Amino acid sequence: MRVLARYPILLAGALITGALILTAVLSLVWTPLPPAQINILQRLKPPLEQGLLGTDQFGRDMASMLMAGAWNSLSTAFLAVAAGACIGSVLGLLAAAGRDLLQTVLMRICDVIFAVPPILSAMALGAFLGAGRITAIIAIGTFMIPVFARLTLAGALQIWTRPYVLAAIGMGRSAVRITLVHVLPNIGNQIIVQVTIQLGLAILTEAGLSFLGLGLAPPAPTWGRMLADAQTFIGQAPWLAVLPGAAILMAVMGFSLLGDGLRELLDPRAR
Amino acid sequence: MRIRKLFGAAAVFGGVLFAALSAAPFAEAAPKTSVTLGMSIEPAGLDPTIAAPVAIGQVTWQNIFEGLTTIDRNGAVQPQLAESWEISEDGKTYTFKLRPGVTFHDGEVFDSSVAKFAIDRARGADSVNPQKRYFQTIEGVETPDAQTLVLKLSEPTGSLLYWLAWPSSSMVGTKSADNNKTTPVGTGPFTFVDWSKGEKVELARNPNYWNKDEAAKLETAVFRFISEPQAQAAALKAGDVDAFPEFAAPELMESFEGDDRLVTVIGDTEMKVVAGMNNARKPFDDARVRQALMMALDRNMIVEGAWSGYGTPIGSHYTPNDPGYVDLTGVYPYDPEKAKVLLEEAGYGNGFTLTIKAPQMAYAQRTAQIMQAMFAQIGVTMNIETTEFPAKWVSDVLKASDYGMTIVAHAEPMDVDIYARDPYYFNYKNPSLNEVLDKIQQTTDSDEQAALYAEAQKILAKDVPALYLFVMPKLGVWDKKLKGLWENEPIPSNVLREVYWEE
Repeated sequence: MRVLARYPILLAGALITGALILTAVLSLVWTPLPPAQINILQRLKPPLEQGLLGTDQFGRDMASMLMAGAWNSLSTAFLAVAAGACIGSVLGLLAAAGRDLLQTVLMRICDVIFAVPPILSAMALGAFLGAGRITAIIAIGTFMIPVFARLTLAGALQIWTRPYVLAAIGMGRSAVRITLVHVLPNIGNQIIVQVTIQLGLAILTEAGLSFLGLGLAPPAPTWGRMLADAQTFIGQAPWLAVLPGAAILMAVMGFSLLGDGLRELLDPRAR
Repeated sequence: MRIRKLFGAAAVFGGVLFAALSAAPFAEAAPKTSVTLGMSIEPAGLDPTIAAPVAIGQVTWQNIFEGLTTIDRNGAVQPQLAESWEISEDGKTYTFKLRPGVTFHDGEVFDSSVAKFAIDRARGADSVNPQKRYFQTIEGVETPDAQTLVLKLSEPTGSLLYWLAWPSSSMVGTKSADNNKTTPVGTGPFTFVDWSKGEKVELARNPNYWNKDEAAKLETAVFRFISEPQAQAAALKAGDVDAFPEFAAPELMESFEGDDRLVTVIGDTEMKVVAGMNNARKPFDDARVRQALMMALDRNMIVEGAWSGYGTPIGSHYTPNDPGYVDLTGVYPYDPEKAKVLLEEAGYGNGFTLTIKAPQMAYAQRTAQIMQAMFAQIGVTMNIETTEFPAKWVSDVLKASDYGMTIVAHAEPMDVDIYARDPYYFNYKNPSLNEVLDKIQQTTDSDEQAALYAEAQKILAKDVPALYLFVMPKLGVWDKKLKGLWENEPIPSNVLREVYWEE
């Protein structure tokens, strides 16, 4: 706790993301009302008049939808970042351990992937797979690969020039072993920090995809679609737009703060 | 299409700012002679005689193209390029006297040989006319002289004059017909100028129009296509669009109240929102399943939730504006308990899963989401698959019948006969309905026709080949000074002939 107090950014980030994750997990077992339950007689009721956070255009409970939306958003983002981080880091380590040719080929492939925005690749994927969670995860995850590949390569190349690695090479250790024993542990912190920061971006991208109708299919609530649906109701029922917008803001900010805080904590140079 | 949402959102904020900042209206000099009309859906082509989407007719019908007969703003059949006609005693010979002095925009003279060409093109073996069925009783077309056209029918066809007024029956020129999809040439009061795909279609007054008394009052007219309701509202408030005859978002209608430049006009349409089912596919081949699904739906709540209460629930494929309408919403009223019993009888006691192919339009998406929740109450799980309209929907649902359930607004008036059409996407076959529809054509007596239409409505209401939901209203928003637009829509159209600006 005392450590956390010395790092207010980390504390703020941890509190926000912790609360979000708890809400998301809680929504699996409990929400005030079933999030898909419509009650048209009670449509467009402002917060506190009907339920804690009001109702939407079909009379669904906003609080329940936001909770379920947290799970849908976070789980998609987590899976996408996990997939992207694993594949990207392995590629980065491979490139660092391999010869120049491998390095060039892998990094140019990453450049190509990086050049296609995730929204665009999701739309293309959606045409084949149909819109949905898998499409969103693949699209966002693919976009994460080059991020982690570049980070890992840059970090790993530095480690490979360190005297203890040169010593290990001199002792005839295999590249695989050096990577696992010396390189990976030394860049692990950087990867963790990057994962946290990318989670925020992934949530934002997921919201963008849902906003465009490329996310989870209804009735599963997502923050992005709630925001999209709110557009024409913004005059009558501003909370329909404000609440999911605030949720997205909180999530992105929370993970950014957590990432920055972790970097401060883990990066010896920043201390 | 979807990307536009972003722009739409931006446009709204822009529009709100703009509205706030520019409270004072623009100073206007001479009365305007051009009008910009907004439409939600851009047609894929501009030839109403070769494709079904009503957006085609909403741009071209009565503006570019005209027919032998026409439909006026009250829905009554009137003479147009045929100035008069005689029907033989047995109802099998129609002799039209064609109007002299009519030319197409490219100079081609309209006479009986051109009319014969247009009708033969529509009824021919390789015709792709969307209402080809309406021409099937025409056995022969004769042209005794240049101003006389004789249609020989195989059997009496009581609705022939009405059908000849439809956009799909438009008179097209022999030289220009093949290019009408991109450069339409007709006999109407406006000529086609330009089509910027994805944006607008421009028309100009036809200086050589055959009817000097009813020549267009406007110099030019522009149809602009704006799919997002927020952007539509912003365009209206900013004055970029003078009129949206079919505004897309009922929930935004109240935002125009108190606007001293715009007026809102709620009219009737023929747009029946219907959730069609593939009657050839399990489980929809079982009438009990269809009836159970109908009873699972509370239509009043659907109108309230999907369309902010604007709209009238229906129990059959017919609107209260049409002759012989019967309110059949009570045949299978909302009753989830009974619905469950029916499903059990049909062998689906544990429910089933279906997929609805719903177009992206707000009415379809919202109605589908409400239906999803209502079906869940009787144990039926419905997945919503968004299907882009018109292109993908037309190819997957309308043409290929590759679907279980879908939802779309049927805009054509008095189109009960689509349930007898073979093939049609419902894949519905019911000889007793065909019999009633045939009888309607045997008579030209309107009371008798109305009674038969009532009978047809009842057959559909009981058998539920599609789930009948509600009739959409025509939510018109336009500049107060713009006069002459149709308030109601007896047939999908935007007739500009009488439109003018009040000084």
